[in-house]
Amino acid sequence: MNVQPLVISHFSIVNCLGAGWVATLDGLRDKRSGLIPCDFETVDLETCIGRVAGLDELRVRSDLRAYDCRNNRLAQWGLDLDGFGDAVAAAREKYGAGRIGVFMGTSTSGILETELAYRRRDPQTGALPPGFRYAETQNNFSLADFVQRYLGLLGPAFVVSSACSSSAKVFGNAARMMAAGVCDAAVIGGVDTLCLTTLYGFHALGLTSRTPCRPYDAERDGISIGEGAGFALLERADGAARPGAIALLGIGESCDAYHMSTPHPEGLGAKLAMRRALASARREPADIDYINLHGTATRTNDASEDKATFELFGAGTPCSSTKGATGHLLGAAGITEAIIAILAIRHGLLPGSAHTRNLDPELKCGYLTESREARVKTALTNSFGFGGSNCTLVLGSAG
Amino acid sequence: MRLFIESMGLLGPGLAGWAASRPVLRGEVPYRHAPAVVTASEFLPPVERRRTGIPVKLALAVGHEALTNAGRDAAATATVFTSSGSDGENVHQLCETLASSEREVSPTRFHNSVHNAAAGYWSIATRCHETSTSLCCRDASFAAGLLEAAAQVATAGAAVVLIAYDQPYPEPLGSVRPIGAIFGAALVLASQADRASIQLEVTFAAGKGNATPMADAALEALRGSVPAARSLPLLAALARNRSEDVVLEYLEAAHLHITVAPCS
Repeated sequence: MNVQPLVISHFSIVNCLGAGWVATLDGLRDKRSGLIPCDFETVDLETCIGRVAGLDELRVRSDLRAYDCRNNRLAQWGLDLDGFGDAVAAAREKYGAGRIGVFMGTSTSGILETELAYRRRDPQTGALPPGFRYAETQNNFSLADFVQRYLGLLGPAFVVSSACSSSAKVFGNAARMMAAGVCDAAVIGGVDTLCLTTLYGFHALGLTSRTPCRPYDAERDGISIGEGAGFALLERADGAARPGAIALLGIGESCDAYHMSTPHPEGLGAKLAMRRALASARREPADIDYINLHGTATRTNDASEDKATFELFGAGTPCSSTKGATGHLLGAAGITEAIIAILAIRHGLLPGSAHTRNLDPELKCGYLTESREARVKTALTNSFGFGGSNCTLVLGSAG
Repeated sequence: MRLFIESMGLLGPGLAGWAASRPVLRGEVPYRHAPAVVTASEFLPPVERRRTGIPVKLALAVGHEALTNAGRDAAATATVFTSSGSDGENVHQLCETLASSEREVSPTRFHNSVHNAAAGYWSIATRCHETSTSLCCRDASFAAGLLEAAAQVATAGAAVVLIAYDQPYPEPLGSVRPIGAIFGAALVLASQADRASIQLEVTFAAGKGNATPMADAALEALRGSVPAARSLPLLAALARNRSEDVVLEYLEAAHLHITVAPCS
């Protein structure tokens, strides 16, 4: 689709690199990784995770107590960071609560609550324990519902749940709603938190690594699951022109139409998403200064994404995956990596890939193993999910 | 947002396809309850067919019905899928396994647990590479899907098939989240009138709104018991194809106001 330039006027982020954008920027600059051996809950798997420290001690705001679960706690933490809540409050004054949409991405929402509740079923009746709250925790909409209430917004709201592309795709939903005049601004974002479904599920598929994940490495053998939250306030360029503001220039969405959990070997869907994003941004491949790859560190993802990316960009465009630093944030990966692309533009940083030691000689793109300073005017970021759901964003200086 | 409806697909208890359901929705034939029969999609390769649960089969069935009725190529049509909980049986099985001492999750169960499983199988079945999204808005999932599909049509101009579907959870989740029946509905939306006979004006409006009820008590009960069946008042208006207004509940402080009119 052709998007009217929308400005990302504010954003906030939390993941295993730390809370707030400064922690993520510094972590990437120093090539730090937040991945640690899995110590989550009762999980007995040899794998590494990107856990957000301090999350267990948090509780959601008392008036929203019914929504208390790991996923909404992390959502609240993200909303409280980087002055994001104040920025939304100012936007609420400016546009009116009913004119600001809330579009959130998540893959598992509060399913952890259900997983734990299934251990405490009534031995006689099999019933779930009293106090289990399906609507406010397990249901995917819980996240958007919570965010909307927490911020006091009344505009259109829903959750996009398309696995690991979810919170990239919400940029498109917001852009469409704003272009169609349904709202004047939008809070978009994504939150996913550690749970047994994804840890045991990806393990069952043979897609988790024992070591911290090594994107693009010759020895790469799978993902490290992380948790995180990211939010952005989208406004029309004319309403929020600020020096140094970053714009959403383009978006491309596609389906692989190939397999539920394996990407198309030639990167067909990935290529389509990138092409459509470039066309929507009216940019050529040569205009892109940095690519944040999906780069999960599975054998198949990195190989197919490399084919697609190399075909479009050749080896000259610097690119990297930041999942060695953050882990794979699943439904929160899209927004997290969009914010990383924004940080790359704003702070002139090409993030090097943590944990990648020996580049796979089969892969041909211009992959960054070290972080370095460079002028980045326009960046592209890929997010691909199960079901062959692909989304690419092009972000750049608004001016 | 102004758009045109080209065709419908429908599968629910006592509602076996659009053609058979149309006179029921118009009030010309009495509604009779009968369990919905969902069969595997012939469009899926046999290997994938064996892996799909009821919700995927349901979504594929109503989506194909709507596209066939519109005479549109599924491979070239964008999709919006919307469901409150997707495959509830699969979620239940996963949670049981994860609560057991073995925790040996089936890889197929895991990849089928994603909310966009129906969209994934649909794209494999139809070889469609177009834009697809998978939404959830709990009880208002149909309203949210309609809003998104309308916004796509309004901004991109291309036709979109909206597919809403729900399946009851087994116990113990069924008690905490009762869903009354298997129900799926699909609409083909377009920006041009050439293949359409009905025009819609969809407005996001403030206030909870009073949802348009179904005249028939059993259909009204169905509407209240399945999120995807919240589409029934709109489907009934489309079946009647005359000028009328429909209100769909959406959020606590918002609703959708829909004006239905025959194309002149």
